[in-house]
Amino acid sequence: MDMERILTYSKAIKEAMVQKMREDPKVFLMGEDVGIYGGSFGVSVGMFDEFGPERVRDTPISEAAIAGAAAGAAVTGMRPIAEIMFSDFLTIAADQIVNQAAKMRYMFGGKAMVPMVVRAAEGSGSGAAAQHSQSIEAWFCHIPGLKVIVPSTPYDAKGLLISSVEDNNPVIFFEQRKLYQLKGGVPEEMYRIPIGKADIKRKGKDVTVITYGRMVHMCLEVAEKLSLEGIDVEVMDLRTLSPLDKDAIISSVKKTKHVVIVHEANLTGGIGGEIAGIICDSEAFFYLDAPVKRVCGMDVPIPYNLELEKNSVPTARTIEEAIKMTV
Amino acid sequence: MLEKNTLLDLYSKMLCIRAFDEKIAYFFSLGKVHGTTHLYVGEEATAAGVCSVLKEQDYITSTHRGHGHAIAMGMDMNLMMAEMLGKVDGYCKGKGGSMHIADLDKGNLGANGVVGGGFCIAAGAALSQQMNHTDGITVCFFGDGAINEGNFHEAANLASIWRLPVLFLCENNQYALSTPKSYAMNIDKISDRALAYGMKGMELDGNDVIGVYEAIKEAREDVLKNGPMLICCNTYRYMGHSRSDAQTYRTREEVNDWKKNRDPIDRMEKYMLANGFTKDELSKARQEAERKIEQAVQFAEESPFPGLELITTDVYA
Repeated sequence: MDMERILTYSKAIKEAMVQKMREDPKVFLMGEDVGIYGGSFGVSVGMFDEFGPERVRDTPISEAAIAGAAAGAAVTGMRPIAEIMFSDFLTIAADQIVNQAAKMRYMFGGKAMVPMVVRAAEGSGSGAAAQHSQSIEAWFCHIPGLKVIVPSTPYDAKGLLISSVEDNNPVIFFEQRKLYQLKGGVPEEMYRIPIGKADIKRKGKDVTVITYGRMVHMCLEVAEKLSLEGIDVEVMDLRTLSPLDKDAIISSVKKTKHVVIVHEANLTGGIGGEIAGIICDSEAFFYLDAPVKRVCGMDVPIPYNLELEKNSVPTARTIEEAIKMTV
Repeated sequence: MLEKNTLLDLYSKMLCIRAFDEKIAYFFSLGKVHGTTHLYVGEEATAAGVCSVLKEQDYITSTHRGHGHAIAMGMDMNLMMAEMLGKVDGYCKGKGGSMHIADLDKGNLGANGVVGGGFCIAAGAALSQQMNHTDGITVCFFGDGAINEGNFHEAANLASIWRLPVLFLCENNQYALSTPKSYAMNIDKISDRALAYGMKGMELDGNDVIGVYEAIKEAREDVLKNGPMLICCNTYRYMGHSRSDAQTYRTREEVNDWKKNRDPIDRMEKYMLANGFTKDELSKARQEAERKIEQAVQFAEESPFPGLELITTDVYA
C-alpha cells in the first residue's frame, strides 16, 4: 500500500467517510454543523457539496436525538455516522447510546442489529477548559454492547473508521482534537484495520508502554530520548479500547517484564486500571519485575490556564520518570 | 360504517389484549411471573384502533406498557407468554422480559424500559422510511408522563424540521404512576404541544375503538404527506401502574366509573349488537380469545428455560 501519500488525521477521517458513502448508500452523516459549515473542526468540508443534504444532514443542537435517531435508523437498516461535536456532550446522548443502542440486540434476543458510529472529538491541550476537554472513553468501555476506538495516526484513523462503519454494532469513535492536523501516510484505496487489535508502534525489550490517542506520540518521543540512555522502550498503541487486545498486552508484558500505562484521561476509573487488572489476573503477572505503573491525567476537571492544563495530564517528564522508576 | 371483518378484528384484538394481561396479573399473584410488568387493561381501544390501521411497511415504538401494542400488531401470543415466563422460546429467548418484547418483522421496534425511550428511535426509523421511500410511517407510543421527558422535545423538533413520517401517539391514561397529568403539566390538552413544533395536534376519545381507527386512518395519510403529528388518545388504566402499586393516588369511585361507564370493550359490544352482530357471534369471539390465551399458556409452560450459556450470547452482532 502506498504510504508515501500524506494526509492529515482530519482528512483521513473524511476520506474514510467519503469512500464508504460512495460505496454504500445506507451510510450517511448527521450532526451539528457538519453540512454547509463542514464541521466545527472542518472534518467534513466538501462532503455536503458531494453528497447533498439527504446524506450529510445538519441537525439542531439535540445530542439525544442525534444519537437516538441514529439508533432508530440503524435498527431499521441504515448505517448512520452521528457526529457529536465535543465528546463532553456525549453525556446528553448517553442515555440513547447506553440504554437503547448498546442493548437492543441483547434485549431482543439477538434479533436486532444496530450498526452505527458515533464520532466525537475529545481531549485537552487547546485551552478550552473543563466542559470542552474531557476524555471520557472509559465510561463507554464499561457498557457491554458498545465498541470504543481511539486512533492516534491518520493511517489508523482511516482504516479504523472504515472498519467501524462496517461493524454491525454501535461504535464510539473518539477523535483526538489535537491530532487533527497531524500528517501521515494514508493509502488512497479503501483499507480496513481490524477492531480489537493493538499496534506496536515501536518495538522494544526493556519496558512496555501501553497507551493510545495523543499520548502515543508523547510516548514515542520519550522512547527516542530514552533509547540514547540505553532504555529500549516498546510503545503499544491500543487503538481499540473495547474490546481490548488482551493477547497483545499479555505477550508484550511477558516479554519486557515491565509495564507503564499512559493515558490522558484521568487516573481514577480510567481504562489504565482495567489494563492493570488484566495484567495482574493473567500469566503475565508472574513475569513482572516491577509493579504496574500508570501515568494518567490528574483527577481534576481540565483547567483553563495553559500551563495548568498541560501539567494536569501526562508530560514527557512524568512519562520518563515513570519508565525510569519501573525498569 | 366499517366492514364486519374489520369490526370483528378490532373487537377480537381488544379481547385478546384484556385476556392476556388479566392472565398475566393472575400469574403474578401466583408468583409465576417475576420482576414487574405494566398492564394495559382498560386501554385496549387505543392499541387496537391505532395498530389495525398500520401496514407492513409501518413501524411502532412501544412503551413499558407494551403488551397491548404487541398483540394489536399481530405478534405471536405464544412467544409473548413464553417471554413473560422467561422461557427460551420467548420472543427474546427469555433475556428481555415484559419491557423488551419486540418483533422487527412485524414492525414492532420494541417495548421500552425507559420512559420516553422510543421518541428518538421513532424519529430515526421514520428517517429510514423517508430516505428509502417506503411510504411507511412510524407510530411512537408514549404516555402522559413521557411527554415531559427532554427526548420528546428533541425528537419532535427534529421530526418536524425534517418532516419525518412520525405519528406521536400519546396514551393519556391520566397518571404517570401516581402523578396526575393535571399536576405534571400546566396545559389542559396534551395535543396543544403540537403547536410548539409546527405540527398538527388532535385529541381523541381513546376508549372509542372505531373513532380511533377512523381518525388514525386519516392521520396516517396526513403524516405521509405532511410530516409528523401529535395525537392524544384519552383513556384510563384499570390496574396499578405496575405490580407493586397500592393506588393510593386515585379513588375507587374514579376507577369504577371508568370501568362501568366508559369501558372500551362494553362500548364496542353495544355498537356491534346494534349493527348486525348477534350475541352468539360475540360470545364466539370471546371464547376464541380465551382459547388463544390458554394455548399461549400451554406453549409457555412447555417451553424450557434458557441455558446459562445464553448469558453471554448476542451482546455483539
